[in-house]
Amino acid sequence: MINMREVVETNKMIEEENLDVRTITLGISLMDCIDSDLEKLKSNIYNKITLTAKNLVSTGKEIESEFGIPIVNKRISITPIALIGGAACKSSQDFASIAKVLDDAAKEVGVNFIGGYSALVSKGMTKADELLIRSIPLALSTTDRVCSSINLGSTKTGINMDAVKLLGEIILETAEYTKEFDSLGCAKLVVFCNAPDDNPFMAGAFHGVTEADAVINVGVSGPGVVKTALEKVRGENFEILCETIKKTAFKVTRVGQLVAQEASKRMGIPFGIVDLSLAPTPAIGDSVADILCEMGLEYAGAPGTTAALALLNDQVKKGGVMASSYVGGLSGAFIPVSEDQGMINAVTAGAITIEKLEAMTCVCSVGLDMIAIPGNTKATTISGIIADEMAIGMINQKTTAVRLIPVIGKDVGEIVEFGGLLGYAPVMPVNQFSCDAFIQRGGRIPAPIHSFKN
Amino acid sequence: MKRTIITVVGKDTVGIIAKVCTYLANNRINILDISQTIVQDYFNMMMIVDMNDSLKSSAEISKEMAQIGEEIGVVIKCQREDIFDKMHRI
Repeated sequence: MINMREVVETNKMIEEENLDVRTITLGISLMDCIDSDLEKLKSNIYNKITLTAKNLVSTGKEIESEFGIPIVNKRISITPIALIGGAACKSSQDFASIAKVLDDAAKEVGVNFIGGYSALVSKGMTKADELLIRSIPLALSTTDRVCSSINLGSTKTGINMDAVKLLGEIILETAEYTKEFDSLGCAKLVVFCNAPDDNPFMAGAFHGVTEADAVINVGVSGPGVVKTALEKVRGENFEILCETIKKTAFKVTRVGQLVAQEASKRMGIPFGIVDLSLAPTPAIGDSVADILCEMGLEYAGAPGTTAALALLNDQVKKGGVMASSYVGGLSGAFIPVSEDQGMINAVTAGAITIEKLEAMTCVCSVGLDMIAIPGNTKATTISGIIADEMAIGMINQKTTAVRLIPVIGKDVGEIVEFGGLLGYAPVMPVNQFSCDAFIQRGGRIPAPIHSFKN
Repeated sequence: MKRTIITVVGKDTVGIIAKVCTYLANNRINILDISQTIVQDYFNMMMIVDMNDSLKSSAEISKEMAQIGEEIGVVIKCQREDIFDKMHRI
């Protein structure tokens, strides 16, 4: 039987160390909404989302109160809209009008984000893909809760450099469209290499075409819990360090598994995966960078950071895999800048650069995330940064992503406020040397040799 | 069996257990186990209860218990046993 020590330990994690379930994300297939008539399509989409997700928020709240575990976000992911809108949309404006419907549906069911204003163009773009991508600045500036993601490359297909070039321009344009709000639109836009079909975390969540009609995916988090556990093993060797992280990750993930199964049972929707991620928030004591510091670094970014992050990421996976029947999504440590107080401190102290962050993305779960850069950065430079990150993902057979925010009207050192979970960040310097001629080439980078495993 | 863990933490005062137990009895909630200690004047109690015949839903019980806690100056939490069981047992 459960004893008092165990109860106290769990409740301390929840109350003092920010243990929470970061998100219950309901994936909804919109394949059966497709119609060549735009108005019909929009009403199909609205009806399907509001019907399938009508109990999502109330179920989440029920579970929260019964188990005493906070569930921070309830969200929805949908089939990439480029696939759904292809038959009906003849212009970028047509696509943007679907974004408006998604926004309305999200508000109706009470979720804070809906992800899937997406296109999968890792090898080539269809006309619909291109129209959707070109509509992103308008779509993200006229909606509040819609998130957009584009898959630009994969280990199997190589990198679509035409799309990489286009996205550099689109990110800048989105920044321009939302310049009154510190270019906030770009915080809702992420580009991927090897994008997973079942990621519950925003801005990159979409409901892949390999998924069932509806599915519940859960993202757990608890950087504060890992940090506190490590405080007790200061000065111990790596074996003890790694064991401590692994055991803690196990406990955190078990909570996610429980919540996922309960939500699935209560809503009558199959359970998909648990995403075992360490996702920070700007709250004090909820930072991945602080874990790295606890391991013995003065700041995130100091020599040794990549090794520390590598072991953290690996131990989180090892502990988490045992705790859940199905794991997926991004699963690992996130290193966003603006959403992590320890990262912000590192930038302010001059301890970390974009180049170091890039190195860190080789061993963490995702990529260059929530990094504010000067608004006068060239589109080709952004494309160059994206191409580098996509190459890391392609060659290392891992998911990588880029979510950069060129803040219009701001320069290096100035502070950008995004508010809420998105946090704030100092604008970071970008390498000023040109990659124009490289990006202008066009075409695609072929898949690497180790992709041919047949 | 639908088991729930009730934790009561706060400054020790007369009648905490009485108040909590009366409420549970009135709502037909059976107490299976109680452990209680005082650490530096602080009252710590954990109860394992069976809610199968409860007259109210878990959410209602949890809300009302929290209110009772406020009245007597302690924090009362009701949580389904599963969350502890899943975290600490393989």
